[in-house]
This record gives sequence, C-alpha cells and structure tokens, in this order.
Amino acid sequence: MSMNTQGRPSAPTEAGGTAAHETFTGNKALQMEEALIFEIGRNDVCGVDLEEPEDFTPALGGHARRAELDLPALTEPEAMRHYVRLSSKNYAIDAGLYPLGSCTMKHNPRLNEKMARLPGFADVHPLQPRSTVTGAVEMIAELAHWLVTLTGMEAVAMSPKAGAHGELCGMMAIKAAHTAAGRDPKVVLVPESAHGTNPATAALLGYKVVSIEAREDGTVDTRAVQDRIAEHAGNIAGIMLTNPNTCGLFERDIIAIAEAIHAADGYFYCDGANFNAIVGKARPGDLGVDAMHINLHKTFSTPHGGGGPGSGPVVLSERLAPFAPLPFLRKGANGPEWIESAAELLDGEQPFGRMTAFHGQMGMYVRALAYMKSHGADGLRQASEDAVLNANYVRVGLEDLMSLPFGSRWCMHEVLFDDSFLKDTGVTTLDFAKAMIDEGYHPMTMYFPLVVHGAMLIEPTESESRAALDLFIATMRDLVMSAQRGETGRFKGAPFHAPRARLDETRAARKPVLKWERPAASEVQPQAAE
Amino acid sequence: MRYLPLSDTDRADMRARVGVSDINEIFVDIPESARLDGLLDLPLHQSEFAVERDMARMAAKNVAASSVPFFVGAGAYKHHVPASVDHLIQRSEFLTSYTPYQPEVTQGTLQYLFEFQTQVAALTGMEVANASMYDGSTATAEAVLMAHRVTRRNKAVLSGGLHPQYRSVAEGLSEMAGDRVVSLAADPLGAEDILAAIDDETSCVVVQSPNFYGQLVDLKPIADKAHAHGALLIAVFTEVVSLGLIEPPGAQGADIVVGEGQSIGNGLNFGGPYVGLFATRQKFIRQMPGRLCGETVDANGKRGYVLTLSTREQHIRRDKATSNICTNSGLCCLAFTIHMTLLGGNGLATLARINHASAVKLKAVLEEVPGVSVLNDTFFNEFTVKLPKPAAGVIEELAKRGVLGGVPVSRLEPGQAELEPLLLVAASEVNSDEDRAAFAAALKEVLA
Repeated sequence: MSMNTQGRPSAPTEAGGTAAHETFTGNKALQMEEALIFEIGRNDVCGVDLEEPEDFTPALGGHARRAELDLPALTEPEAMRHYVRLSSKNYAIDAGLYPLGSCTMKHNPRLNEKMARLPGFADVHPLQPRSTVTGAVEMIAELAHWLVTLTGMEAVAMSPKAGAHGELCGMMAIKAAHTAAGRDPKVVLVPESAHGTNPATAALLGYKVVSIEAREDGTVDTRAVQDRIAEHAGNIAGIMLTNPNTCGLFERDIIAIAEAIHAADGYFYCDGANFNAIVGKARPGDLGVDAMHINLHKTFSTPHGGGGPGSGPVVLSERLAPFAPLPFLRKGANGPEWIESAAELLDGEQPFGRMTAFHGQMGMYVRALAYMKSHGADGLRQASEDAVLNANYVRVGLEDLMSLPFGSRWCMHEVLFDDSFLKDTGVTTLDFAKAMIDEGYHPMTMYFPLVVHGAMLIEPTESESRAALDLFIATMRDLVMSAQRGETGRFKGAPFHAPRARLDETRAARKPVLKWERPAASEVQPQAAE
Repeated sequence: MRYLPLSDTDRADMRARVGVSDINEIFVDIPESARLDGLLDLPLHQSEFAVERDMARMAAKNVAASSVPFFVGAGAYKHHVPASVDHLIQRSEFLTSYTPYQPEVTQGTLQYLFEFQTQVAALTGMEVANASMYDGSTATAEAVLMAHRVTRRNKAVLSGGLHPQYRSVAEGLSEMAGDRVVSLAADPLGAEDILAAIDDETSCVVVQSPNFYGQLVDLKPIADKAHAHGALLIAVFTEVVSLGLIEPPGAQGADIVVGEGQSIGNGLNFGGPYVGLFATRQKFIRQMPGRLCGETVDANGKRGYVLTLSTREQHIRRDKATSNICTNSGLCCLAFTIHMTLLGGNGLATLARINHASAVKLKAVLEEVPGVSVLNDTFFNEFTVKLPKPAAGVIEELAKRGVLGGVPVSRLEPGQAELEPLLLVAASEVNSDEDRAAFAAALKEVLA
C-alpha cells in the first residue's frame, strides 16, 4: 500500500463513484485535449525576445509587405505545453512495438542524435570555404565506404533525400546510361508486389510500366521476366525489383533475372527498402544489381520523425557509376574529393545532373555512420540475423491461427499473412488492425502488398526482446481467437481507448479543409452560461 | 551489442522454436554463390565512447558557423533557433513515430501538420499549403511538373535569378521527363527580359525573389503576362524570413509558391535535412504533390485530422500518381512550425527587420573597403558585391583570417569570367558590429 505525503493511505478499494463519465474538460487524466495554436495564441505575445533595430533606411524598394502577417504566437511555457500535449497523442517506437512491415521501425540510438548535433556537423554551411569543411567530406567519404562495402558496389550517389528520391536518382542514372549508348528503350518491368513508388518513379521519367505477376510462392518467376522481355524485345530499359520482396521473401532466382535483364541490354534497379534483412549476409553487387537505394531511415536507424526527413543514397554498379549526379565523391590521389560542379569533371565522368541543392542529408549521414560504427561488421550482420529470427519467431507463433498466403516457409525480416483466417467472422483486416491499437500496439502494414487479399505485413525488427515478442504473439493469438468466436464488438468501431476513435476520411477528402480559417464573426457562438 | 536485446540463450531457444540449428538455414534462398561466409572488411563494433571520440575528431576539423564572423548564405542561412525547438523535436513521440497513416494514434503529428500548413499558407499569401517537401530545390522541380499537369503544356521558363542549383534540379528532372526548359542567363544585374520569354506554349515561369543575387523582384507584371498566355507563375524564395517584411508572392499573383524553410527552426547541417515549402491555390489541390493533412471528425464527432486526398499519391495511384514522393520533411517541418509559433506573425516581422537592418549596416561597412562595390539597389538580408579580383580566392584568404565571408558566385556558376569577381554576402540577427568590422578589416587586408 502506498502512502501519500500526508501519510494518508491510498488504496484502489477506496475508489467510489462511477468510472465512466464525461469530464468537464474533455480530458481523460493524462490524455489531454489540445486546441490549435490559432485558437490559443495571441498576436500581442512572443516566445522569442527580439529588440527592434535602431532606425535605418530600408533597401526594399517598393516591396514592403502591405498587410500585417496575421499569425498568433505562444510564449515558451505555452509552446512547451502545446507540443508536449500533442506528442502524447502519438504512438512511437520508444513506447512500444511498431510492426509496420517494409518500414523497419527499429530503435533509434540517441548517440546518433548527439553526434548529429556536434557543432562541426550541425552548424556548418554547405557553401562555406572548402578548407573549412574537410571533416565533413571525410565523414561523407567514410559513410560512402561503408555503403559500397556492405553492398559490394562500385560507387554511391549520396545526395538523394529519401527512398523515393533515391529510386528517381537510380532510374535517372539508368536513363542517362541508355542515352549515352544511343538507346532510348521505353519499358520498365515492375512486379505486382512492388512499392507504389516504383511504378510512380518509372512513369515520372516517361517509361511504360509493364507488370510482372508473382508466381504461386510469392516470388518472381524468371520465365515470366523472360516472357515480358520477349514481348518488348529491344525496348527494355530495366527492371525494378525489391529484394527481399514485399512478401518478406528472398527472390531466389535473382541472379537469373539479372542475367536476363542484362542480356536484353536493360539495367537492374533494386529497391533496397528491405536491405535490413541481408546486411552482411549477401551483397547486392554479387546478385547482379546495377543500382539500389538505401533507406538510411530504415536499415541504418535514422529516425522516421513522423514521416521524415529520410535519406536515400544510391549505390551504383561499375556501368552506372560514371552517371552519378553531382555532387559525387572521386577517389583522388590524396584521399576522397568532393566534386560539386561540371567545371571539375574529368574524362569519363558524365553526371546526369543534380538531385538537390547542396550535398544531401548530412544530418542523416552522421546518424547512420554512428550507427554503423557502433555495430561494426559483426554487429550489423547480427542485427540482420536477429531481425530475420524475430520475424520467423512471430511466424511460427502465429501460423497455426493466422493464414500464410504462400505456405509455411522461411521468411526474411517480415512475415506476410492474408485475411483468410478472418473469413466469415465479420471482422476485416482494418478492424483487426484497429483492435491492436487498443492492446497498445501500432498496427502492422495493411492491404500491402497488393498481391495478397487483406494483407497484413509484420516486421518486428531486431530491436524487440524475446519477452516483447512473446507478449505480442500472445496478444495476436487472443485477438484471432476472439474474432473467430464472433466477438465482433471488440473489433467493430475499434479503437475504443485511443485519443480519437476512427476518423471520417471520406468527409476529409470530399470537402478538404487543409488549414484553419478564422471563424466569421457571425459564426462565433456565445459561451453558454453554465 | 548494446542495441540488440536478444541474448545468445534467447537466440538458441528461438532457433529451436523456429526449427533450425544454424541461422544460415533460414537464409537458404540466397543463391549459394552470393552467400557471405565471413565478415566484410569493415571495423568491428565499438563502444559509445569510442564512436563519439571518432565522430568528434572529424567534426572538429570543420569550422562551425557560430565560432566565427559568418556571412555565408546563397540558399542556406545562419539564424538563432530557440533551445525549446530542438528539445521538443527530440520528444520520443515525435522523433520515433512513423508517417501518420493510423490517425487514431498519430493526432500529434497530424495536428502540427495542419498548423504548419496554415502557417505556410499565411506566410506565402496562398490559399493552401502541403505538409512539406524535401527542400526548396526539389519543391521547385515538383512545382514545374505540377504546372505542366495543370496547363497540359510542357515548356518551363526559368529566370536567370533562380538559385543555380535549383535550376539544375528542375532542368535535370524536366529533361529526363521529356519536358522542355528555357533557362535564362545568369542575371546578377537584374537586367533580364523574362516577359519576352513567355509565349503560348509556356506552362510556367519560375522566378525567385529575393533572387539568387539578393535583388527583390516585382512579380506582378510577370504574373500578368504569364496569365495572359495561359501560363502559371511559380514564385521561389530561399530565405523564408524575408516573408516577414516583403509582400508575399500570393499577393502578387503567384499560382504556386515554393521555397526553403530552413531559416526557421532548422540549423545549417551542411545542406540538409531542410524543409521545402509548397503552397498554391485551392483550385489546384488535386494536382499538388506531397502529403496533405485535412480536418475531419471521428466516430464520436470530435475534431481530428487525417492525411487526405491520398488518391493523388503513389501508394494508391502507382504509375498514375502526381509524384513519386513518399516522405515529407517530418521533424524539420515540426521544427519550423514550433519556431514559427514562438515568433508569431509580429515576431517574424521584427526578426525580418533585424535581418534587413543587419544587411543594410553590412553594406555600408563593406562599401568603405577600397575596390568593393555593391550591385544591388534592393535587397533583404543578402546582396552581391563586386571585388577587384576573383572571389573564390578571396574567401579562402578570409577564412585564413577567421572570417567566413560569403559565397563566390563562380562556385555555383562556374566558367563565366564576368561572374568571377562576384561575392554573395548574407547578414542576419547573429552578426554583431564586431563581426562586421572584422569582415571589413580582413577584406581590406586581402584586397590590399
């Protein structure tokens, strides 16, 4: 029994009254409602102390702002409270298991955050004199060395800002290589199970996307690739293939597929989103890959940050390396050189252009390198083995109750279930996922990949302990059995304990409200007298 | 290994449960010829302390902006960011959360995105803004693609006052996508005739203000000419603080406004991560790239927020999507909105006046150095000076004297002799009278 400061005993048995009532504030103890800054801020306060400059003669010409900028402010204590309250409405890796398949929600080490904030990295301008940033170039070169060594590739284009940006970079390099060879093929092959970014990227560059169906075991059949190549003979730009694929399976015919694409004068783009499964176990360079982006925010632990910033360096084969965009690293006689402009090029270097201003996601590079150095070659391999072991442990723990679309076989770092175990229960994949929220879990990836009905893709990552996995498995089993017993009340309308119940997405899309509008005076309701 | 919770005992028990004696049995689908037996030739694991020492050694070789008189800009700017901003973005619930696809448990992220969109729309004078892009340069390239979709044309006209690297990004993507780009020559004197470049095939005109050389540009006549020809005006900025003081592009007829938001909430970080801002008119929202957050209600009628209009996006539309973008700038966008909330509109206006005043003082101080002249007749916090010798050598000499004195135009526009004497210098609230005096004294010495 605990004692409060007055020495009065406090015990659950003393609790009286009813548990379920609407509170006056709408808050539920630690779960606070929070208004918008536009409703609580004022235009006559400021959270930053700023001294008006002494009188001076402006040089704005006739360009001065005419209307005042009508945005309210919060002072520091109010701002702290606003954002801390908002943060409490978010699920996070630090709070619980986050089994989003294909997203690799692993632990984000705090050493990485500390390193990224060293003034020598964080407080350095991208265009300050080169003699004052030699350590920054050294750091990028070291990260590049790790990336090409882990992947067995020739070079790496560092600057892409995210995974999809990396895909774009890789496909632009492929297009540039075709152009340099005097070719203009129009077709990119993309398996049905691919991430949506793959066909979107290919289409953005004017390619015709030709789909490859998966065979019964969830992987791509070399024969299907050969058939598509034959149908589009002489017109194949390349293939975009994810490996391990989005069904959590290693494409075992990958070398034969690469050879078929190369024989057709195409290039092999590998979507590296799932590289976390095979670091230190296999190198994409040994599998025939020509270009692959690496999501530093997945495999190398830089934080997802609620949707960014990401970072997507692209490793390139010897054939594509000359086309790497500016800026790129050159292996100079006196160490690595950072090449920024066309004026610095040597013979044979044919960058296709530039993906972004400046040098890419430096802050993410620092975090990723700190992660790599912490793990080392041994720890990185161990992490991949643990990620794969954890996924298989979950698979074995659930496969008798949930349904595996491709039968009981080894998975890589994630395990894919379909919804046939929910047949005739009245519970959908969505209901099931939302009920997981009430149990304190973020849902797994749902309805992706598209090749499986009602897909549920679970990626536990290497960051989960055995005890955490055991509880997760037990919870999932309880939910499955509950659904199969017909206890739909637990699923329909779930979640019941989250900060919000299910949100009306149709309404949001039908008449989009994308910003706060000051209510017209006539719409302001007088406060009801209590 | 400190980040891996499984013990060797756990691993052995779990392998037994899974049904293998050796973990490699699970990796059986990897072709035998490609399986790695030993470890790759990379260092082994290191303690936190050892990694910290190693990283700090490299960081120490760089000169931090705060440690010297600092006047470097050209698209990234040194400003003071309140301590609370960096503290808040490191809250686990923000830092280690995913994209808010499950709105019931991500209202924190969604609400700040909604607030961010409202702030960006107000700042730019536009009707709607998205939930951020990678950075200003990629936002510019995406804006060009969007203008092609809206106008069903494919010829973009880029001003010679556009940041040269923004121009490269937009040119590269457009050319690869099979579109046409007309890029006007570098324009340090504000002499270009962009109106003459607009015709009935033009999809968009891309104009930066303050431009790369610091000059403020009157967008209104360009918007009028563009609209008369059925084209869109894309207005670009690289210094978002300027919007506290100058007329927003939305009030001058811009159809799409894009820019770099780094100055608010975000550090220099050697060029990234930054936060791209993207705003447009309500009628174009279905052609916008990137994420959008919208207001709605939950099943109990309570107000809440969701990602919306996702039928534009790649995960739904695949090869028919408006963009291949999957990520926004998350934490950088959060840092922006927190700093903006601390400032408010009036605070931003004051900050902008301080920046402008700092630049006016800097101009006066530098003009007293023999041989130095300023090209601009208007500017916000950055302007172009003409030196009596190539700027590239001058800034290295200044660096030896402990002053980081700007960006030579030739670094971004190489190979043009007339640009070699030009130096871009930026001022902000962090510069003191002593900093300016040190800059002028060092410059005088270097040019002597």
